[in-house]
Amino acid sequence: MALAETLPTEPAPAAKPQGYWSGVGARLIRDPLTLFCSAVILGLILAAIFAPWIGLADPYKGSMIARLKPLGTEGHILGTDEQGRDMLARLIYGGRLTLFIGLMPVVFAFFIGSALGIVAGYVGGLTNTIIMRTVDVFFAFPSVLLAIAISGALGAGIVNSLVSLTIVFVPPITRVAEAVTSGVRALDYIDAARATGADAFTVIRVHVIGNVLSPIFVYATSLTSVCMILAAGLSFLGIGVRPPEPEWGLMLNTLRSAIYVNPWLSALPGVMIFITSLCLNLLSDGLRSAMNVRD
Amino acid sequence: MSAIDHAPDTAGTAPEGPLLVVQDLQKHFPVRGGLLGRTQAKVQAVDGVSFEVSKGETLGIVGESGCGKSTTAKLLIGLTEKDKGDIVFDGQSLGPDLSLKDLRKSVQMVFQDSYATLNPRLTILDSVAFGAKVLGLEDPAGLASKMMDRVGLDPDRFAHRYPHELSGGQRQRVNIARALAMSPRLVVLDEAVSALDKSVEAQVLNLLNDLRAEFGLTYIFISHDLNVVRYISDRILVMYLGEVVEVAPVDSIWAAQAHPYTRSLFSAMPSMDPDNRTKVPPLTGDPPNPINPPSGCRFHTRCRFASEVCKARAPKLAGLSENAAHLVACHLHDPASGHPDAGQGLPS
Amino acid sequence: MLTYLIRRLILVLPVAFGVSVICFLLVQIAPGDPLTAIMPVDATAEEQDAMRAAYGLDKPLPVQYAIWIGNLVQGDMGKSIASGRPVAGEVFGAVQNSLVLALSAAVIAFPIGIFLGFLAGYFRDTWIDRVVTAISIAGVSVPNYWLGIVLVIIFSVNLGWLPSMGAGPGGSSEWEWNWLHIRHLILPAVTLAVVPIGIVARTVRALAGDILTMDFVQALYAKGMSRADVLRHVARNAAATALSVMGLQLGYLLGGSILIETVFNWPGSGFLLSNAIFQRDLPLLQGTILVLALFFVAMNLIVDVAQAAIDPRIQRT
Repeated sequence: MALAETLPTEPAPAAKPQGYWSGVGARLIRDPLTLFCSAVILGLILAAIFAPWIGLADPYKGSMIARLKPLGTEGHILGTDEQGRDMLARLIYGGRLTLFIGLMPVVFAFFIGSALGIVAGYVGGLTNTIIMRTVDVFFAFPSVLLAIAISGALGAGIVNSLVSLTIVFVPPITRVAEAVTSGVRALDYIDAARATGADAFTVIRVHVIGNVLSPIFVYATSLTSVCMILAAGLSFLGIGVRPPEPEWGLMLNTLRSAIYVNPWLSALPGVMIFITSLCLNLLSDGLRSAMNVRD
Repeated sequence: MSAIDHAPDTAGTAPEGPLLVVQDLQKHFPVRGGLLGRTQAKVQAVDGVSFEVSKGETLGIVGESGCGKSTTAKLLIGLTEKDKGDIVFDGQSLGPDLSLKDLRKSVQMVFQDSYATLNPRLTILDSVAFGAKVLGLEDPAGLASKMMDRVGLDPDRFAHRYPHELSGGQRQRVNIARALAMSPRLVVLDEAVSALDKSVEAQVLNLLNDLRAEFGLTYIFISHDLNVVRYISDRILVMYLGEVVEVAPVDSIWAAQAHPYTRSLFSAMPSMDPDNRTKVPPLTGDPPNPINPPSGCRFHTRCRFASEVCKARAPKLAGLSENAAHLVACHLHDPASGHPDAGQGLPS
Repeated sequence: MLTYLIRRLILVLPVAFGVSVICFLLVQIAPGDPLTAIMPVDATAEEQDAMRAAYGLDKPLPVQYAIWIGNLVQGDMGKSIASGRPVAGEVFGAVQNSLVLALSAAVIAFPIGIFLGFLAGYFRDTWIDRVVTAISIAGVSVPNYWLGIVLVIIFSVNLGWLPSMGAGPGGSSEWEWNWLHIRHLILPAVTLAVVPIGIVARTVRALAGDILTMDFVQALYAKGMSRADVLRHVARNAAATALSVMGLQLGYLLGGSILIETVFNWPGSGFLLSNAIFQRDLPLLQGTILVLALFFVAMNLIVDVAQAAIDPRIQRT
């Protein structure tokens, strides 16, 4: 208290305490493109979740006489597929599996990869060598090849797709997490925290995670678009979701037979994949700049 | 303040002994390279450093950058693992008698970069309270705000701010509060005021002096700024290339530097007095590479008085004949060293 | 440089070993018996055992791996379960066709990507920059198998200019560089080029933009150097990084063309792979993946060494 009167010689601090996240929020609000893309993604997710209650036709019910009706047909605003099922309903229902298989592997990989990378980066030494050299081996496979190899070996199915895509995305996230963590590990505030006698787990929990998670998170969001395209691609190849489930990649595959009859109809599921993947990429870019993360 | 149990430093187990004894401390960092990434050389950052710190005193450590000051500091609290040597704190040897965890309860550190030492995602209060939480003390937040108050930061105004919202001086007060919240007996201040403006530096130095008296603290104060070290220290230790070259009470060393290196260091200090101009030529060139330090006395490559014996044999740290409390490692002061000018002291 | 080369070669060995282990394990994670695809339904237990022994499937895993890798280094990748022909022959024939496709896509993608990236980086924050950025984001976001279908709809179905399937007369084995064949190459190569165009443009834009704002470039301008000369300096500085990105992309083009080859029925490694998957032909699956992955590893090695040759600073890290 004796020194309190000497304080005015130092610059007056900002009027209102500002945390990191309120700053991120303020920057996001001022970024219309990112907001728009979040709205599109959110809309697709909500439509997929609430599909049964928004007055759509039955996505599984076909009709032999109403096959491959063009866009704008009465009662089928986006036409019908090769079995006469309503395209609008199938596209919206298709978002359920496509978004699920397209996003969840990145979520799983985010947790697994962050854990591995943070441990490798903080502990260092032999632990680091074992984890990172294993990761290097997976980097020897182009991601498409690895996903198809594992899915191909495991066989078609939703769970198998989730497993193979998670395996594909764990190594890159681990590598980023390790790099960011060893950077933070070298900073003085980690030394200061260790100097209190805190154990490694406490230092990681209080001081490391908060500072490495946002770059890892931003990196993970940049993978969602690739994951979407790959997930739909697996179904397109016939090693993902099985018929008759509506799924964009699978629909794109089954509608290929129709390109001479009703070409633009057959391209519709791909439009959905493209829009989603584009919005995910733009959203990730927006988050990157709002969160001040550099590559 | 009464709620905080800061016992003055007379409660130690060995009241008469020194608080800290460092014996032959050594740290060599490996340099890897080549085909298989094997160790090819070693940076001899700290090589055979020994000293003592008494209870309640402030030992200043000075030297050029890269002389091993900061490494010594990190070795003292185990942030860097020592290769060999003993650290005896209050009669208990680190390792056999005293665990690193227990040592860290008694020895705290304040670093140079006040911003880098604060976690940017934690509020000031959380940063200060972290140590108390680790120790499992009651009401860490209450203790933290008391400490903030004590270092001159109003808890109501600062507790919930983030480091980037504070000035450098305020942040360094936070770092001091954080160290004090652990109720340490020894605080290692590594260039703690070097990055501050001169006016703020003076405030923080005064604060440190007040706190030392109030809590009965002992300081090791590392700096490259001799004037600051003189102001706060009782004794000064001079390091060169990982070794101790001179240790002496502040008045003694200020009056007469015994080691040629120390003298060059002091003569390089700007003086306000026109009649007291630099007479000794200042040091030229960079310090030699610590990967491959010179033989014998490590200073001989830059020393005006070097002779054959300086290249051949390393001098031992010993008390001056006229003042046993003034220790120096130089052949000039040892009549038996074989140096042509031995025993006559440092020529002017 | 030689030390760097040797060190880099030594580092490849454990990766190649890891790759072979993963390829070997692919067969192990596959559900069911690898023989079910070819065994008659009414085979007796003795017949099954005999078949299993013939394929070496009755031995413990490490022994199976050792035998597999032993055969592998002699160029024997086993026999395709479906066709009975040696895997090595089938894979290398298909990889040749994939290479034709990947290289053609690279020839289209890299110059366009570099050009667009330079434009955007040089005219940063102008409308040119924004257009190029939009193109590159669209390029990396587009599901290229869908883009292939769209191009088929436009150029084959509606306009009738180009064929939509296969590699031309003679099928998979008789590729020639004449118009009859090249017509078949255009659509898949263009489709495959879209993603690398986006990635290369993005990389070059960032590189050019960063370098142009660096102190030494300001100094070049201050010296009175012309814009063209400054650009040449910038290009040389960006070359090493741009090269590594393009090298990786070439690897991705080869390993990632599976979906495009399926869309266009291009008789390459991806086409082979999808056949192997649907016939549950695990030796063929394993062999194809191994060859593609090792090719990717080799590509990375070449890129690293080339990069170090251009920029000596890299050798030290």
